[in-house]
Amino acid sequence: MANPLLEMRNITKTFPGVKALSDVSFEVGEGEIHCLVGENGAGKSTLMKVLSGVYPHGEYTGEILINGMEQIFRNIRDSEKAGIAIIYQELALVPEMTVYENIFLANEIRKGPLVDWNETVKRAGEVVKRVGLDVNPAAKIKTLGVGKQQLVEIAKALSKDVKILILDEPTSALNEGDSENLLNLLRDLKSHGVTSILISHKLKEVIAIADKVTVLRDGQTICTLDAHKGEVNEPVLIKHMVGREINNIYPKREHVRSDEVLFEVKNWSAYNPALGRTILKDVNFHVCKGEIVGLAGLMGSGRTELALSIFGNPDKYRIEGELTIRGEKKRFNHPSQAIRAGVAYVTEDRKGDGLILIQDVKQNITIANLREISNRGVIDSNAEIQVADHYTKSLNIKTPSIEQIVQNLSGGNQQKVSLGKWLFVKPDVLILDEPTRGIDVGAKFEIYTIMNRLVEQGMCIIMISSELPEVLGMSDRVYVVSSGIIAGEMPIEEATQEKIMNLATN
Amino acid sequence: MSSVTAAQKAKSASFFNNITRVLRENIREYGMFIALFAIMIIFTITTEGTFISSRNIVNLVNQAGYIAVLAVGMTLVIVIRHIDLSVGFLGGFLGAIAAIGMVQWGLPVWIVIPMTMALGVVAGILTAFLVAELGIPAFVASLAGWLIYRGAILVVTEATGTIIIPDETFAAIGNGFIPDIQMGAFLPERHKLTLILGLVAMVALVISEIRSRSKKMEYNFDVLPTDVFVLKLAFLSTIIGGIAWLLSGYQGLSWTAVVVLLVVAVYHFVTTQTVLGRHIYAVGGNPEAAELSGIDVKKITYIVFGSMGMLSALSGMLFASRLRSATTTAGTLWELDAIAAAYVGGVSAAGGVGKVVGSIIGALVMMSLTSGMNLMGIGISYQYMVRGAVLAAAVIFDVATRNRGK
Ligand SMILES: Nc1ncnc2c1ncn2[C@@H]1O[C@H](COP(=O)(O)OP(=O)(O)OP(=O)(O)O)[C@@H](O)[C@H]1O
Ligand SMILES: [Mg+2]
Repeated sequence: MANPLLEMRNITKTFPGVKALSDVSFEVGEGEIHCLVGENGAGKSTLMKVLSGVYPHGEYTGEILINGMEQIFRNIRDSEKAGIAIIYQELALVPEMTVYENIFLANEIRKGPLVDWNETVKRAGEVVKRVGLDVNPAAKIKTLGVGKQQLVEIAKALSKDVKILILDEPTSALNEGDSENLLNLLRDLKSHGVTSILISHKLKEVIAIADKVTVLRDGQTICTLDAHKGEVNEPVLIKHMVGREINNIYPKREHVRSDEVLFEVKNWSAYNPALGRTILKDVNFHVCKGEIVGLAGLMGSGRTELALSIFGNPDKYRIEGELTIRGEKKRFNHPSQAIRAGVAYVTEDRKGDGLILIQDVKQNITIANLREISNRGVIDSNAEIQVADHYTKSLNIKTPSIEQIVQNLSGGNQQKVSLGKWLFVKPDVLILDEPTRGIDVGAKFEIYTIMNRLVEQGMCIIMISSELPEVLGMSDRVYVVSSGIIAGEMPIEEATQEKIMNLATN
Repeated sequence: MSSVTAAQKAKSASFFNNITRVLRENIREYGMFIALFAIMIIFTITTEGTFISSRNIVNLVNQAGYIAVLAVGMTLVIVIRHIDLSVGFLGGFLGAIAAIGMVQWGLPVWIVIPMTMALGVVAGILTAFLVAELGIPAFVASLAGWLIYRGAILVVTEATGTIIIPDETFAAIGNGFIPDIQMGAFLPERHKLTLILGLVAMVALVISEIRSRSKKMEYNFDVLPTDVFVLKLAFLSTIIGGIAWLLSGYQGLSWTAVVVLLVVAVYHFVTTQTVLGRHIYAVGGNPEAAELSGIDVKKITYIVFGSMGMLSALSGMLFASRLRSATTTAGTLWELDAIAAAYVGGVSAAGGVGKVVGSIIGALVMMSLTSGMNLMGIGISYQYMVRGAVLAAAVIFDVATRNRGK
């Protein structure tokens, strides 16, 4: 039997206090689309970082073979030479540079000592076309949406003559259309002989695209399933990932919603002076006590801006309109005022403006409510430890200790820290912006269960989500936002995917 | 018998393993202490003991004082991702104002000192205004201050040149020592109060370390193995005791040292134990996240620059007091010495990282270099080069150990 294209044997990788991978074996055949799934912290990203030389030979034990030949990667360049390209969970493009500069960054085409710009632009044009991207290669990255940026990343990888393309959660920040594009592109690349390894928490897309699926759990390989033998379906994947069966990933809740309006905005408009345009127009919505309201819509429809304009307006929009909490008029000029009035906002971008990555779990959980654990400005470190312990346990955050630096946690566990931080504020109105982005099914279930528990206790939740099943599964009522206006409202009984999409895209 | 020695061997081997492991894991934290220790030993050898003489150590501490207080303030400025270049000449200028206050306006010392510090706060708030409200990069805003205060010193000293300060109380801050207590024939050659204070500090250190360790063990946090912990306590106690012993052999603890110790104690407490301190490090670690967590980033900027201005004033007065005069060149290059001390002490330009105590050690390292090389008779030109090399080495060390942590 011929050697598989890629073989990783008995890989073990430890960090101080954490065994991220223990004796993992992983095989990928030529021309496959191989999906890698597993819970947050299972070791998926770490395994791919080993493969791509981020963790060089010697920092792990085990072997990497390509076409049966042992490979020793001392750095990323070495793995690139062997035809491996990785696209990380977080994008690594330079926003101020153009598309073609980014594509050939650190891989410039030279003419003598100089960069050959003519050739660069020409070749960039070719790869851009190859990934089906319809942009001017001279456009700056920052002018493109996330979906297009993702494609630029792939174009960058393709420009290097890649044999194995690794994508770490590429669709977690993409809307359905862009995700679909990306999957089609992978199929197209496959027909041209490119092998892909895809990490994803979106099981639907895994099922749609995978030839094979490998499941990791707690740093170990659980199994490899073959889609062509009909082994891949959602319940099986979930069972292997989580180690138990989850029948309904949207847990039932007792509908306790009352008609008491807790939070309301009326005729709410916002003008963004930085962009020079109106971003929200005449928005009216309300949330009742004990209710989960879903804000559906496409990415960029203005939902995050709406949340920020409510939450103390940190970006200094010019706002008109009225905001009431329990019928009382409020005006927030800073997030601190919103927090004091019982509003909390869990950001969609945990690394950018959610967490302080260089600080530990404990400090991140308490930072928004130090008042509660301090006395005349002096922090009570015992109280702090108890609070951090409490939320780490109740949210099931996987970390060796509450003194672990948040940067070292896996993506999903970072999200839970971010959630814990805002639960400790004990808000009445909780705004969740894409609360389960990059989170595994098990953790999603946990977060949904927590949401249910919170509304049962009388909180109200505004959930911004681009995942329609989540909106439909969790909300009591849905508003659809489109280009800064509320395009429609419906109780959950009347909501369907088609209805929402129609309103969102018109 | 052989089994006993084998067990002993195994024990001592694990002890050394423990030490090397702890050192490796905490190399960033202990690196500066070790460097300071090494520098002191080297100079003690090359100067045949003169460096470690009581008189020289007392002088060293007094000379490091005005840079040390600047370094404390600068640490926080760098932690929140800014820089303040104006502090040197601001200090020089405010030192001159203090002199004028006493000499020309006839104000008493106890009014001049708080007044000058208040002026420092105002100056710091002005810089913060440019940075926080108008969004001007701190480098540029404080460079403007640098020029302005440079000019201001010249203006206020134009008529008189150097201003002599006759006030003895004021001069004592930079030149005086704490009084001694009489104990009859007990240790007649030594400054007893200094020794007692050293002893108190040692005991306080040991108690607080033991307390925090047992608290950590209660929560199952990682702590040092017992043997290494004891060694660390012994090491720190020896240093404190040694310094107290050295100081007591000359005239004891100087008032400058008292001022520096107070500043460090207050800032260490604020940065490690209070909400304000946490907010400062949060702003440095991720300003956007801090703002969304309800922290007023502007307010923190005002506070940090305000405190920097206040410490600049203090630094200027320490210097003027030491010279018993305000000179036209006071303040030259202080800001760079303070920045260098902070970086040697482990702050990170990326923000959110850096300890007040580290910067003080950094200041001591830099001042020890100057003092030691002076004693060895090394020319000023080579002194600059050596200090530059040490700064570069410290930062390289910092970056190298940081990457290893990943
Ligand atoms: N630099 C690091 N230092 C310490 N621990 C780390 C580091 N990087 C990862 N870990 C730990 O290793 C484990 C595996 O992390 P990894 O990022 O590979 O998970 P993942 O499967 O990609 O999860 P997610 O789906 O959440 O992205 C986690 O427990 C994580 O906390
Ligand atoms: Mg990951």
